[in-house]
Amino acid sequence: MSAAQGIGIGERQTLEDPQHDRGSTAPSQPGRRRLTPYLLLLPGMAWLTIFFIVPLVTLLSTSTQTRPDGAEIGVYTQTWRFANYTDTLDEYLTVFGRSFFYALIATVLALAISYPLAYAIAFKSGRWRNLLLVLVVAPFFVSFLLRTIAWKQILADQAWVADALRTVHLLGPDGRIINTAPAVVIGITYNFLPFMILPIYASLERVDPRLMEAAGDLYASALTTLRKVTIPLSLPGVVAGTLLTFIPAAGDYINSALLGNRDTTMVGNVIDSRFLRVVDYPTAAVLSVSLMLSILLLVAIYIRRSGTEELV
Amino acid sequence: MADPETGGRDLRLEHVSKRFGSFVAVDDLSLTIPSGSFFALLGPSGCGKTTTLRMVAGLEEPTDGTILIGDDDVTHARPYKRPVNTVFQSYALFPHLDIFENVAFGLRRRGSKKVTAEVEAALELVELGGMAKRKPAQLSGGQQQRVALARAIVNRPAVLLLDEPLGALDLKLRRQMQIELKRIQIEVGLTFVHVTHDQEEAMTMADTIAVMNSGRIEQMGGPTELYESPTTTFVANFLGQSNLIRATVSGSDGDDLVLEVHGQKVALPSALRNGGESDLHIGVRPEKIQLVPEGAAVEGARRNVLPGGVVSDASFTGVSTQYLVRMPWGQELMVFAQNLGTGGLLRRGTTVDLHWDPAHTFALDGRLDVNAGVDRTEGVASVPVG
Repeated sequence: MSAAQGIGIGERQTLEDPQHDRGSTAPSQPGRRRLTPYLLLLPGMAWLTIFFIVPLVTLLSTSTQTRPDGAEIGVYTQTWRFANYTDTLDEYLTVFGRSFFYALIATVLALAISYPLAYAIAFKSGRWRNLLLVLVVAPFFVSFLLRTIAWKQILADQAWVADALRTVHLLGPDGRIINTAPAVVIGITYNFLPFMILPIYASLERVDPRLMEAAGDLYASALTTLRKVTIPLSLPGVVAGTLLTFIPAAGDYINSALLGNRDTTMVGNVIDSRFLRVVDYPTAAVLSVSLMLSILLLVAIYIRRSGTEELV
Repeated sequence: MADPETGGRDLRLEHVSKRFGSFVAVDDLSLTIPSGSFFALLGPSGCGKTTTLRMVAGLEEPTDGTILIGDDDVTHARPYKRPVNTVFQSYALFPHLDIFENVAFGLRRRGSKKVTAEVEAALELVELGGMAKRKPAQLSGGQQQRVALARAIVNRPAVLLLDEPLGALDLKLRRQMQIELKRIQIEVGLTFVHVTHDQEEAMTMADTIAVMNSGRIEQMGGPTELYESPTTTFVANFLGQSNLIRATVSGSDGDDLVLEVHGQKVALPSALRNGGESDLHIGVRPEKIQLVPEGAAVEGARRNVLPGGVVSDASFTGVSTQYLVRMPWGQELMVFAQNLGTGGLLRRGTTVDLHWDPAHTFALDGRLDVNAGVDRTEGVASVPVG
């Protein structure tokens, strides 16, 4: 390893040397060379500015606008009214809480499903491994919307799932799954499952099976090996997977719109209706900014807590 | 110093075989490794030595046969239920745990009451006292190797298995660790079973060496015995270098057999014949042969002489000079002449006689492949079935 690095450094030095020589003989060269990195950065910076920074600034600015008296619907002027935030959050606090609660439950469920699955694919699947990975990704070939609508069918009142649950009395005679909170959570869990499985699989796949052998050799049973060696070593994947599931889940609105009811409204649904139906831009902007900041805060705390900053 | 609970128990393999599909990795292997000994399994990659080790560790299940530690049959016991620990070739240190926790891993699993004291003692033993709080990635290869050793030894296993533990180290460090390992083995008194393809490593450290080839033990014995009196051409070639020359028995003279070697009479003490009928290979180690200019007299009463060799190559290495001598029948023999400061170098093209003491001859069955075990070009075993 160190030998290889040594060679690498050596090569880099020999590559730099002629460059130095040329620099001293041709004075016009260094200036152009200094510009090159910035030129290379230009497309990326432009992309970031147009599609991230400008919309973000617009959003922030919209969030403190108000509608002047007598103005038409959808016309707002900048008045720096920060009370927009307190007003809106007062009104939608429960919606926020519900969004994060659903996202949390869905993340936990997805983790519970994904970890054993990723483990099996990484260590027990043998020659079926690639096929199983394709199957994990396969749902992406069908639109998100269509798949969620399919769940509407599966969870419908007349469908066999509800029938079966009624038969075993897990569901009352008039009980239903569709248009309930559990349906929303099931939908979110399903939709974000691949985002959980793939990072966990990737980090499990990197775990050296010889370390598990070593743990067995040192008196650790299979379960202890999992607890003390495999899970700690796959933690980066778990952290990445939970983030990739939780963040979009907290902002999701499709599942609630298609599988939920009026009492399962999530922040995403409110933003959707405020922006597109009510045309109340400031409120929608306030909700968007608040959602963004609260997710940022939660994620920061989570990464800090899991102690894997260097691994993510 | 051995733990009375686990120490003092021999490791026995009885008719152990391991087949992977149609490939026979280990073929009806039986051996007893006495408690407290330093035992080496030596052989080229693919000879079944690592598979044997993994069966003892419980990482592979034998197809046939029984493995016993003391009187306990552990043939089918799970790895974590065996009083056996392994020092892995890759070290397999847990990257997420610091050195202390790596070494403490086995003790914690068994619920030891004195983890701190035992871990510190083990780290002291491998001279890594100050490294407890570091992570494996922060240590050098040699230090990681010591941690791997400490992590196994701290559990006081009945048998400590070492799977090419020095393979990843550079030559100088390897020599140093060989001495170190031997010191530690004597200090802790555990049974060490060491797998290696490096014959020098095996000879330096082990009390007993089993030379393995194609899943079988070719020969087992002390380093001197194996070197001075190999029983197969494989062992003669794999351990050090040998000059193997075709010979036929032509008669006997007292305790000696008289052999004919390409027209010359050569004496062989009958006791040194290891198998074979009338067709034999006689073997002489290169350092046992003395080269003298053609026709010159040599001191000593009983000498075997093969005249008429021509020096075809001479390379001076400081300690000795290595000659290649072409014999009249076309074979090139190797001769090491120690640099004693007497006599000059023999130039290429010089005609020489080869002399040696009959007691330094060994004889093998002439039906064995003369080139068996010659090819030792492989480096660190890269084949998992080693």
